[in-house]
Amino acid sequence: MTEYILLRHRDVPDIDQLDVYLEDGGFEALKSIIKHKTPQEVIDTVRLSGLRGRGGAGFPTGVKWGFLSPDVFPRYVVANADESEPGTYKDREILERNPYQFLEGVAICCYAAQAETAYVYCRGEFWDLAHELEKKIATLEDRGFLGRGILSSDFNLKIYVHLGAGAYICGEETALLESLEGKLGQPRLRPPFPAAEGLYAKPTVVNNVETLTNLPPIINRGVDWYRSIGTAKSTGPKIFCLSGHVQRPGNYELPFGTTFRELIFEHGGGIPEGRKIKAILPAGASAPMLPATDQVLDTPMDYESVVEVGSQLGSASVIVMDETVDISWVVYKTTSFFKHESCGKCTPCREGTYWLYHILRRIEEGEGTKEDISLLDSVAQGVEGKCLCALGEFSIMPITSGIERFRKDFDARTKDGR
Amino acid sequence: MLAKKYADEIARILEKYPPEHKRSAVLPLLYVAQKEYGHVTKEAINEIAAILEIDPTDVGSLVGFYTLYYDKQEGKYRIQICTDLPCALRGSEIYARQLCDALGIEPGGTTADGLITVETVMCLAACDKAPMFQLQEPEGIHYYENMTLESTMELIEELRRRAKDD
Repeated sequence: MTEYILLRHRDVPDIDQLDVYLEDGGFEALKSIIKHKTPQEVIDTVRLSGLRGRGGAGFPTGVKWGFLSPDVFPRYVVANADESEPGTYKDREILERNPYQFLEGVAICCYAAQAETAYVYCRGEFWDLAHELEKKIATLEDRGFLGRGILSSDFNLKIYVHLGAGAYICGEETALLESLEGKLGQPRLRPPFPAAEGLYAKPTVVNNVETLTNLPPIINRGVDWYRSIGTAKSTGPKIFCLSGHVQRPGNYELPFGTTFRELIFEHGGGIPEGRKIKAILPAGASAPMLPATDQVLDTPMDYESVVEVGSQLGSASVIVMDETVDISWVVYKTTSFFKHESCGKCTPCREGTYWLYHILRRIEEGEGTKEDISLLDSVAQGVEGKCLCALGEFSIMPITSGIERFRKDFDARTKDGR
Repeated sequence: MLAKKYADEIARILEKYPPEHKRSAVLPLLYVAQKEYGHVTKEAINEIAAILEIDPTDVGSLVGFYTLYYDKQEGKYRIQICTDLPCALRGSEIYARQLCDALGIEPGGTTADGLITVETVMCLAACDKAPMFQLQEPEGIHYYENMTLESTMELIEELRRRAKDD
């Protein structure tokens, strides 16, 4: 793309200073909706833009807002900055380098949701950036962009930063709300969904940082412009987090529909030391693993196309593995992660990840047998479709896809296969 | 203790949440406790429970659930190296091993002077800058990225000097 829409600090380096942000059109979007649009009109605009949640689920943002229980107040907006998916580090760059665009997005969301209080739930590890963000919020209050009677209107808004304390599961929106209420971060049974009963049992919108950062440009430049970027069903720009065995790992803001090949070889500079690419995890640890065939490499990265080749785009955290990598080890690593992060609330996930981890560790230590591989598959099936939230479902995806698509690597690790 | 010594800070924290939902302040207050005591003591749990008018069990259970809280004293400085998949693909497991060897400890262990604990942790959202770690100390958490054994040992020397001056 010729310009950065989300990672705007790459075009305008000091955009984390309020005056620079204002000079570059900052807060024009908030001003214009306060003056000219009703909350419902903002919701309609966002729905028509096709914006989909960037946290991983890809649910249409305007539709999610439309589910808010009518006439129930107060309402809350919660920005999900609990970025913890292995391979994902896009929200952090936005929060550190382009914080005002994010905060303007929060304000737009609150205006649409008719909420006067918003919380930014940052993972505890983001300690430094959370404290910087609080200073930015104070600056906005001093200058009349937040607080009471914003920009001489009757719109009031307080934004608070809330620090988590180390728990991947709090990225799941209902676990996040539990955590924000001062409880164990464990998912809630749904329904009711947060739009009906969220924070303190009030109607609540939970949106990812990157999602919210899309709002000011959508308001400023319109639905047609936004829809001209990306594909028909996955509209707009996306930040792809590229990690693993590539020359230039990093965040790449590209239109939805860019191919894996372009991301990995053109932007990422390809695989180091001339080695061959072997496998791709397109959504961190939370989606099936793909063999790096020509068909996969030429697949456009949008929500629909990645499903067609047998995985999911999720948060678009593309982890690349070269030919030296043993996929049974990769699966051991992802399973260690999920075992550690399982919240313990539902049995299939708590016990399933525990046993899957121990079988994989046995294989990793060279003590596994061929039967262990079928045991993995059978335990994974015992978890599938039976968990309270997506974490448990995610945990088995690298395992089942790894065995199905890279069986040789597993066989070679077993006693009888060596 | 906490209620008196940190009255202003606690008031600022409580202000963020509706008065009838002040339990929301429990995670921030646990950070205050950890700053004061180095870890979350039984006394701190009771103090926080009293401030928030909730059961001490509801405070204590969080210490075990959330990884950034500790119920016992270890190193003042915690070097928490990410060895999750993306970082491991860029050599962070080897780096963690080398650092532990250089300090003569095992992962999870603390140096003989009781100052530095080295741990391996899950993804910290810095996958393009491995090897990396977060330094957790009483005053907060800071990221150190694109690290080498040499740059880490320099930092550790600096931390040791700082601890002496305190």
